[in-house]
Amino acid sequence: MILPLDLILLLFVFICAIAAITVRDLLSAVVILGAYSFFMCLLWTQMAAVDVAFTEASVSAGIGTVLMIGAVSKTKRRSKD
Amino acid sequence: MFEFIVSHYNYWMYIALMMVGFYAMMAKRNLVKKIIGMNIFQSAIILFYISTSVKRGATVPILEHAHEGHGAVAHAAHAVDVMQYANPLPHVLMLTAIVVMVATLGVALAVAIMIYKRYHTLEEDEIMMSIRRG
Repeated sequence: MILPLDLILLLFVFICAIAAITVRDLLSAVVILGAYSFFMCLLWTQMAAVDVAFTEASVSAGIGTVLMIGAVSKTKRRSKD
Repeated sequence: MFEFIVSHYNYWMYIALMMVGFYAMMAKRNLVKKIIGMNIFQSAIILFYISTSVKRGATVPILEHAHEGHGAVAHAAHAVDVMQYANPLPHVLMLTAIVVMVATLGVALAVAIMIYKRYHTLEEDEIMMSIRRG
């Protein structure tokens, strides 16, 4: 566990979480959520949880983003808030 | 006391992320935004569990040369210093939680698509208005 890397990754994760719920375009919100998942994945790799990291990268960042993009393309892309 | 608070910064960030997700679930009116908030909430809980398994100076919980040799000498060599490895039990628990997270995400998105097909909108207030109108 490396302290400066941990702090920087935690900051990026928080910024991505705030941006994902603030952006009005739903497709960009979904892509920012994918970036959030990949930053989480890096965070777990440096916390020595490699099995959780690659499960997160394949299942949550991969399949989750694909599912959400499919849902957004089937419904409306604009959001009011 | 101050050092105790500062040294547990992972837990403070876990609380902040959890509240961001909770705010999105409660205050946002768009259904996809609510689902994004649920996703953030769940991965914040996973961050909490993984943070409990971290030890200072520990490495990945994989044994090197685990199958070498037989007999008493090998048994002595297999005695593992626990403080060298991160605790693998929370990792295994959270693998299940990630899979459950994607399953709930899929079901929630399917329900949102069905709602959109019926009411032609994803905004919660418009859906409530068209329900009240009958």
